[in-house]
Amino acid sequence: MPDQLIYAMEVTLNGLMAGVLYALVALGFVLIFKASGIFNYAQGVMALFAAMTLVGIMDGQVPFSHMINAIFGTQVHHFGWHVPALLAILLTVGVMVLLAWAVQQFVMRHLVNQEPIILFMATIGLAYFLEGLSDLMWGSEIKKLDVGLPQGINDAIDQVTFGWFGYGFFIDNLDLVATVVAALLVIALMVFNQYTKEGRALRAVADDHQAALSVGISLSFIWVLVWSVAGFVALVAGIMWGTKSGVQFSLSLIALKALPVLMLGGFTSIPGAIVGGLIIGVGEKLFEFSLGPMLGGATENWFAYVLALVFLVFRPQGLFGEKIIERV
Amino acid sequence: MDEGYITADGRQIGGVVMEMKNITLRFGGVVAIENISFDIREGEIRAIIGPNGAGKSSMLNIISGFYVPSEGEVWFHGAKRPQMRPYEVARQGIARTFQNIALFEGMSVLDNVMTGRLTQMKSGLLAQALWKGKAEAEETANREVAEKIIDFLEIQSIRKTPVGRLPYGLKKRVELARALAAEPKLLLLDEPMAGMNVEEKEDMSRFILDVNDEFGTTIALIEHDMGVVMDLSDRVVVMDYGKKIGDGTPDEVRNNQDVIDAYLGVSHD
Amino acid sequence: MFYREAGDFKTTYTQDSQTFPIKFDRIRYYLVLAFAFLVVPFIINDYWANALILPFLIYAIAAIGLNILVGYCGQLSLGTGGFMAVGAYACYKLMTSFPDVSMFIHVILAGAITAVVGILFGLPSLRIKGFYLAVATLAAQFFLVWLFNRVPWFYNYSASGQISAPERDTFGILITGPNAPAWMTYLFCLIFLTVCALIARNLTRGSSGRSWMAIRDMDIAAEIIGVNPLKAKLTAFAVSSFFVGISGALFFSIYLGAVEVGEAFSIQKSFLVLFMVIIGGLGSIFGSFAGAAFLVGLPVALKVLGVDILGWPTDIVSHIQLIIVGGLIIMFLILEPHGLAQLWNLTKEKLRLWPFPH
Repeated sequence: MPDQLIYAMEVTLNGLMAGVLYALVALGFVLIFKASGIFNYAQGVMALFAAMTLVGIMDGQVPFSHMINAIFGTQVHHFGWHVPALLAILLTVGVMVLLAWAVQQFVMRHLVNQEPIILFMATIGLAYFLEGLSDLMWGSEIKKLDVGLPQGINDAIDQVTFGWFGYGFFIDNLDLVATVVAALLVIALMVFNQYTKEGRALRAVADDHQAALSVGISLSFIWVLVWSVAGFVALVAGIMWGTKSGVQFSLSLIALKALPVLMLGGFTSIPGAIVGGLIIGVGEKLFEFSLGPMLGGATENWFAYVLALVFLVFRPQGLFGEKIIERV
Repeated sequence: MDEGYITADGRQIGGVVMEMKNITLRFGGVVAIENISFDIREGEIRAIIGPNGAGKSSMLNIISGFYVPSEGEVWFHGAKRPQMRPYEVARQGIARTFQNIALFEGMSVLDNVMTGRLTQMKSGLLAQALWKGKAEAEETANREVAEKIIDFLEIQSIRKTPVGRLPYGLKKRVELARALAAEPKLLLLDEPMAGMNVEEKEDMSRFILDVNDEFGTTIALIEHDMGVVMDLSDRVVVMDYGKKIGDGTPDEVRNNQDVIDAYLGVSHD
Repeated sequence: MFYREAGDFKTTYTQDSQTFPIKFDRIRYYLVLAFAFLVVPFIINDYWANALILPFLIYAIAAIGLNILVGYCGQLSLGTGGFMAVGAYACYKLMTSFPDVSMFIHVILAGAITAVVGILFGLPSLRIKGFYLAVATLAAQFFLVWLFNRVPWFYNYSASGQISAPERDTFGILITGPNAPAWMTYLFCLIFLTVCALIARNLTRGSSGRSWMAIRDMDIAAEIIGVNPLKAKLTAFAVSSFFVGISGALFFSIYLGAVEVGEAFSIQKSFLVLFMVIIGGLGSIFGSFAGAAFLVGLPVALKVLGVDILGWPTDIVSHIQLIIVGGLIIMFLILEPHGLAQLWNLTKEKLRLWPFPH
């Protein structure tokens, strides 16, 4: 088998893995959009906040220590304890639920029935707010996150593919774990959405807030639920990305990458987020691999968007999205 | 083509101005309109009636160019109308109102009526950027036309009000003003009386008759109120389930058994 | 009492449609103009120019441009940073290729070039709407930044990848470079802002403005009553990009002097200008001014408060800035989605009646 093809296969596999991670972030968006018609720009920052809180709890950091020290001239930084990963994750989930409640109480409730662009702007404001809060609480330097997930190149795959192709594929263990986790999450979410009472209520709310209210669905409960689930998805994404590249500001920019995924897959489709993520993941890696060197490299900065843009021109609702029917 | 006739009360009705020939409209598997043909004469008031879901609004949408018929042709002024975008249809002199009011809620009444003049305003971007001179003169001239319509429909006192704040009946009147501002040859009204009480209906009927009388505008209207239809219209088309079941003067249609069945809901076995 | 319309009757439509129908407003407007043109040049200094005034003037132009696209025509764009970059780089290439031509021409041409680019990237708006359009404009944003980073012709093959504005003068006085006097750079930007604002006002009060607003409010109905959506949307993109390009050119050549495209024209810039438009008020020229003033002034005020007065370290203050800006955006959207302009209008309405309650 020609070398280029083998390299292309490796690139494709890596692209699929990257795609799974994109899909994971995109999932959080789809959930909130389905339930409230809002595109939650803050999803990425939520992932950052979740990861930072996790690290902070695990390392026993004192929240707001930098600010406390600056005001009062003290020198506190750590409580001195370390919290085991599993417990820390549970506590962080609790924090995210609290955050979901706060967002519902102070933001969502007051913006019922506003136009989508206003809601979108509110989530951008939320993103800025949360980013500042994260930095203030836990400090803005890069942090290392280690919850015990396996990392490094997977030896088994390396050896097997070397045996097949004479060239060992470098597939990271972390990516494998991420794929499994994402797949499980997707299945769980789809089951939840289709088959549970709450899932049905969610779909009702997504369709029409007022109609849902009139049949007795508690909007506030649904929204807290949705934002909590999105927060949980953000935490998982934050753990995956954070373990891979460290917990830092660029984590929040992943949200922007989710946008072309959603454009391809449609904003309201869970399987669409997955398929869209895979297409974008593979697409951008393959494009960079094949045409990148000719164009000067770093095409991953914009390829996903241009791909989605071209796609949208021909199919404005994405692959799985609901067809937009306009009536007069 | 005949040259028309004079009605009992002395109005001049001209030759055929618009003709729908074998129009069929399908949405996927659903047949909204099936092989309907009828014509509209110049200067007449033509009513299109029928139960809900009969396809009346869709027919109006075809006339304004928003829907493209799956089969059939639209003839305007004796020539087949090529497929064109809705704004090109508007430029030909066809204006309309909408069943669920389609006013521009972010603008005032005056601005909404002025949008009706857009087909007539020709200043280029550069002239408008400079404003003084050509653009301002054109704006003032068109404002005068708009104000005449506003006077005619008696909405002067609300001209600067944002339309979002108006009650339903006034919104309908503003929509009519916007359509009239275009000085259309053919005016399409989609349920202009919907949701109105008796007095408002009388006002609206008076306006419609005045428009036809003073400006000679040809009017096609969709309406449910039978009294209004019988009083106002010269001829009526009756639709049911996408098919034409009646076509003639109000009296002819009133006595048509198919029409009576459709409205009274005779069971089809 | 002072602020009233009683007795002020308009006898022609021309009078009725002027920008400031109330006499008090007109006088106030002329006073502000006189102050800006005749007084400020004598009292301005380098510090205030760079910290507050120049960025305000320049961002106001960008905000007016974006407001035309988003506020008047309803086309959401997240590509403002990229388009400012087009203006900056166009200006740079023009300045370095034609060193003897006046800066006025360079800036205007840079705007024109950006307008053409804007039309190009605006083409998808004919098929894509709302959110999806916003994401499509992101394609413009990321692609343009990448382009100016990677294609060396744009930065004249310099090793650093940065572009810096060579010294130029207008009417014998330096206008670019570190030695340009503050009053000169101020007047240059002020002239552009005034002309741009006038053009914007004229376009939005006439048939262009109404076409745009019709598309914004109900694009299907707009087309049915005769608005050509292609023409309306593309002119909105063109005019908007013209202003944003001018803003970018001024930002680079007059204000910063040297830029690195990834820092100066990133997506954060796009959001910043969008916030100005939202907080200031969509669909309002005054709102663009108000939003620009607010978002330029707030960080400066916070920094003065936090660092100079309270003595906190700068990174904490910048975190707090984010919190406050984010919080304020949410607050504005909840309390007054039509922005500062609406608050101003409501105040004026109350003033019209003052001292009577109704």
